Amino acid sequence: MKYRSRSYSIFTYSNTIFLTLLSLLCVLPLIHVLALSFSSRAAATANIVNFWPVGFTTDAYVKTLGNAMFLKSLWIGVERTVLGAVLSMIVVTMAAYSLSKTNYKFKGRQIYIWIFVFTMLFSGGLIPSYILISKLHLIDSIWALVLPPAVSVWNMILMLNFFRTIPEDLEEAAFIDGAGHLRVLWSVYLPVSMPSIATLSLFTMVSHWNSWFDGMIYMSNPDGYPLATYLHSMIVSDNLSRIGVTLDSVENFSNRTVKAAQIFIGALPILLVYPFLQKYFVKGIVLGSVKS
Amino acid sequence: MAAYWRKTWPFHLLLLPALALVIVFQYIPLFGVVIAFQDYEPWLGIKGSPWVGFEHFQYLFTYPDGKQVIWNTLIISAFKLIINLIIPIVFALLLNEVRKTLFKRAVQTFVYLPHFLSWVILGGIMLDILSPEGGIVNRLLNAFGIDSIFFLGNGSWFRFTVVLSDVWKEFGFSAIIFLATLVGINPALYEAAEIDGASRWQQVISISIPLIMPIVIVVATLSLGRILDAGFDQILNLYNPLVYSHGDIIDTFVYREGLNNGQFSFGTAVGLFKSFIGFILIVISYRLAFKLANYRIF
Repeated sequence: MKYRSRSYSIFTYSNTIFLTLLSLLCVLPLIHVLALSFSSRAAATANIVNFWPVGFTTDAYVKTLGNAMFLKSLWIGVERTVLGAVLSMIVVTMAAYSLSKTNYKFKGRQIYIWIFVFTMLFSGGLIPSYILISKLHLIDSIWALVLPPAVSVWNMILMLNFFRTIPEDLEEAAFIDGAGHLRVLWSVYLPVSMPSIATLSLFTMVSHWNSWFDGMIYMSNPDGYPLATYLHSMIVSDNLSRIGVTLDSVENFSNRTVKAAQIFIGALPILLVYPFLQKYFVKGIVLGSVKS
Repeated sequence: MAAYWRKTWPFHLLLLPALALVIVFQYIPLFGVVIAFQDYEPWLGIKGSPWVGFEHFQYLFTYPDGKQVIWNTLIISAFKLIINLIIPIVFALLLNEVRKTLFKRAVQTFVYLPHFLSWVILGGIMLDILSPEGGIVNRLLNAFGIDSIFFLGNGSWFRFTVVLSDVWKEFGFSAIIFLATLVGINPALYEAAEIDGASRWQQVISISIPLIMPIVIVVATLSLGRILDAGFDQILNLYNPLVYSHGDIIDTFVYREGLNNGQFSFGTAVGLFKSFIGFILIVISYRLAFKLANYRIF
């Protein structure tokens, strides 16, 4: 290795330091909020909390978890995430099976492909979608949050590309035994695709958990807000009147440590599944983007 | 025909739920855009509302805020596009020089994380750390003798903050594609260069960079196709009336004017204008990416 020269080793050291700082930069804001959430109110108000709690207390969490409104939205958040992911995976897997067939085996496949891909390129936009949801009487219903995003064309493409890697011999054997397509999907494709399905479900769940805008426009009443929407109203736009909090409880719920606790609880599920996400997304993104 | 159905009915059956959902939730709203050419009133419906032609589109361009909104969108988006390309490339090249696998993995774990957190969470965090009254960033600036900056309340600083925070959130994730390409480069190329006496720097200049260029071109052209998406989710979580003049983009404008102020037709017209231009841009950018780097998704 000739490039182990003096200048290269100086580069290696400074590169290591630079990358370390960069990495810290990505997580320090989160650590700051975590420290804040475990600090006493006085310390937070005095602006002396950095990356370690000052005057350690779990008060903020006790208050947050004692807030019925917060718990309600937490539950709705979980509900939409699970329902949304299950529904989406069922629909996407079924469609991907058909689309994974060759044009020769399934004439008409190309038409379906275009119908789906076109939706990635052009959409009616916010207001026509809103009018549709209200015409369908889905305002204030959880279905307004799970049905519109159920057909993820991107996931469908990833899934059909995966299905194509399944050796054809496997299904041929099943067909010879007299199985139909539905049977083959169920007993040949699904078992071998479980890891892929689990991965895509995880990503779908993350996107549901993070979605807040649909909750804000499709729920006329804060009672129906999923957690992300609740956090937006409570913390980001500080819309207390809309959330229906009385002045009395503003004192309790809008202070900095409680906000920090709510932010952290909102981020926690993502942090928990992050190791699993990281394991798969590199594969997924490379598979999806540079496939030629 | 009967033979065709006998052979393929399971395929159609399996596609039915997805097809139905797409028709209802994507294609019906597509026809709903006709209200852009009407004065739509909810109680009159699409059938009963009067037609006004291109009035709302003309209004967008005569309305002083209209041009400002388009300009804001383009400027924020252009800065994001350029910086979101350069930083990930430089980062990928630097990370590619790291030989210690464990350190490399640790860096990756940290920098990919913000991508997965929503703008609600990050917006909440940023409001706190950027606060001019004792936010940790301003405390740091004060320690260096710099006056507090109202990052989210001052127009020019707002654009800067939006671009920088977007880069902060996405640079790691955007670098994945470049890293994957770098890792895939045949080591024999580097070995040959080394035998010829090329320094590591020369190797990066004449091997690594030329070899990631095709993928750089693909990423650049594809993001050019989305230049009208300046970050609805992000800006809606960060902005406030103080910075509408500098931070209001097409999507946030549609939301506020169209949905919050009930100007359904005007909002739809603005949205349609954006979708239409966006559609043309995407088609052009895909053709360009195909021409320049032989890229295609299917």
